[in-house]
Amino acid sequence: MHVHEKPTFESNYTVQGGNFDEAGKVASQIKVILKKLGLQTDVVRKAALVAYESEINIVSYARKGTISISVTPGQVKIETTDEGQGIPDINLAMQEGYSTATSKIREMGFGAGMGLCNIKKFSDYFQITSEIGKGTHLKMIINIENGV
Amino acid sequence: MTLNEVIEILDADVLVGQDQLEMEVKTAFGADLMSDVLAFAKSGSLLLTGLTNPQVIRTSDILDIAAIIMVRGKKPAPETIRLAEELRIPVLSTKYILFETAGRLYEKGIKGCVERVDNNFARS
Amino acid sequence: MDLETIATCLNLKVFSGFDQLKTEVLDGYTGDLLSDVMANSKEGDLWMTRQVHQNIIAVASLKDHAGIIMVQGAEPAKDTLEKALKENIPVMGTDLSGFEIAGRIYNLLKEKQDITRIDP
Ligand SMILES: Nc1ncnc2c1ncn2[C@@H]1O[C@H](COP(=O)(O)OP(=O)(O)OP(=O)(O)O)[C@@H](O)[C@H]1O
Ligand SMILES: [Mg+2]
Repeated sequence: MHVHEKPTFESNYTVQGGNFDEAGKVASQIKVILKKLGLQTDVVRKAALVAYESEINIVSYARKGTISISVTPGQVKIETTDEGQGIPDINLAMQEGYSTATSKIREMGFGAGMGLCNIKKFSDYFQITSEIGKGTHLKMIINIENGV
Repeated sequence: MTLNEVIEILDADVLVGQDQLEMEVKTAFGADLMSDVLAFAKSGSLLLTGLTNPQVIRTSDILDIAAIIMVRGKKPAPETIRLAEELRIPVLSTKYILFETAGRLYEKGIKGCVERVDNNFARS
Repeated sequence: MDLETIATCLNLKVFSGFDQLKTEVLDGYTGDLLSDVMANSKEGDLWMTRQVHQNIIAVASLKDHAGIIMVQGAEPAKDTLEKALKENIPVMGTDLSGFEIAGRIYNLLKEKQDITRIDP
């Protein structure tokens, strides 16, 4: 695979649980940065989407969290770590349609139980670990395929 | 068709984007679930929704949605308007329900967008 | 126009309510928020949604909907299907998006119901 020289980028963002006014801001910022780096539209879109779904989950279900992103010539890596209730049954949470979202969250259009499925679907690599009462950790990789 | 034509078909009000009404649109996606929109809506499409909170604008920004049509005459909160202005996403409001809104646009030739990002990727 | 005609015209998959397909469809409603559908849909509406949760059966039953169409290839969750079969509520499915199916049904209903149809 022919790899073009691309500036490597790395950054961390904090996300506050429960703050729906700001929810999605980090993902928006990530999208702008990836676009500026000149990545393909599809990579940008997948990365922004994955970041957005994870950010919304942190805001919805955790006290606080961080989203970190690192871009190398071959891939975009996004990791999220949060402090919160954790996920008791990951298999269940990964099932489409399963959701513990409150009615407030549902009224905003979230809580369809599709977010984690979306994250998995749009990532080339996806890993989720969680500890009850502590928090949840996600790792997602989106490959950058150079050339046509 | 242009947003100007959309406005006519839906008897819609322009809430944001008065200067972007010449924009051309061909496809639309209608839903109230943000994860559904995220999974299936295509960039450059119209988003028809009953939601009015700022997350609709965020979701549209992530996907490069062309313009948002808020149905059932619901007026968004000032934060929603502010965010849409900041991100330059046109927002229209129609009094019709989502079903009627979709029907009217479909009748005039707007197509649904059901493609997933994966498919677009494979094609490009 | 009855459910059976619509199901045939649009190639819908029928999951439940097999003996209810002669039910007349008066209008359509598209929505994924149960509170919205509860508040704004009408009796005789054919409800199109991406929700698969079993609560949709209760909503359709309370509102006397003609039936439910699950869009975009969604299928009823296990308990949703059980409930639909038990309460004999027609649940159907399509691979089309909510927009496409709404567009087609809107135009079918408009065509068939004569020109005197009054818009809501
Ligand atoms: N970071 C997290 N911390 C604790 N629980 C989580 C976290 N992320 C997800 N969950 C749990 O997993 C469930 C499924 O998450 P998922 O994102 O798939 O759907 P959702 O957030 O409920 O709805 P949607 O994402 O479609 O709006 C959530 O309802 C919640 O119970
Ligand atoms: Mg989620």
